[in-house]
Amino acid sequence: MTHPRSEKKLMTRKMKLIPVDRRQVMYGAAAAALAAAMPALPAFAQAAQQPTMGEALKAAIGDAKPIEGKVKLDLPEVAENGNTVPYTVSVEGDSAAGQVKAVYVFATKNPNPNVASFFFSPRSGKAQVSSRMRLGSTQDVVAVAQMKDGSVYMGKRTVKVTIGGCGG
Amino acid sequence: MASKPRIKIPSSAKVGDVIEIKTLITHNMETGQRKDPKTGKLIPRDIIKTFVAKFNGEEVFRTEMNPAVSANPYISFFVTVPGSGDFEFIWTDDKGQTWSVKEPLKAS
Repeated sequence: MTHPRSEKKLMTRKMKLIPVDRRQVMYGAAAAALAAAMPALPAFAQAAQQPTMGEALKAAIGDAKPIEGKVKLDLPEVAENGNTVPYTVSVEGDSAAGQVKAVYVFATKNPNPNVASFFFSPRSGKAQVSSRMRLGSTQDVVAVAQMKDGSVYMGKRTVKVTIGGCGG
Repeated sequence: MASKPRIKIPSSAKVGDVIEIKTLITHNMETGQRKDPKTGKLIPRDIIKTFVAKFNGEEVFRTEMNPAVSANPYISFFVTVPGSGDFEFIWTDDKGQTWSVKEPLKAS
């Protein structure tokens, strides 16, 4: 499925080489095709609404600039099955558990880079979580820790994916 | 649909101990990216969105999930034991359906 923005660009480029009367036929055909596609629109809209890595990061931490460090990401170097890649994310430091508000995990090249967000409390003994993620292809996985004092730290690992895990 | 939410938690602990709680629930976590091989249409997204752990009614840990969480979500996390009490674990899906498990903890 092409992104709506690039589809518009394609149409503009093609338009210049086509005589005017054929353009009118195309407009009509395009309008008919769009009308026919209407019931499918929610799925298309869903695909078009996937955030970019930048948008996902901004939604999580706003304009804060993450400092590399303190966040440890345990991931395999090679994931044979992208459908289930085990990981552990932890924030280092003795007082880490009490200081961490949230940890956000991103798969930078997945259709939707958001993987999971973890929110801690004063009762969280360790700022450490283990889970399993889907990776569609070889990419960087990024974990961002938001501290109570507003500072933000991040860790990054590259995972080579043998068989992608996004299905379809 | 989700089923069989399972929790692994120590049977007893001392006050102040940091315990690991392991959780698992059976669920497809349908991403919304897959196509039905017969119709060619996208299978709509249907995932567990939220997991919350409460101790004596107070939230101690929360996870917000996205389609990149693997099927049969496994989450393990840590809690400091404040005393004896009851844990409650709640999973909520895209449609707002919930599944929950209650587990008491004896602390000495």
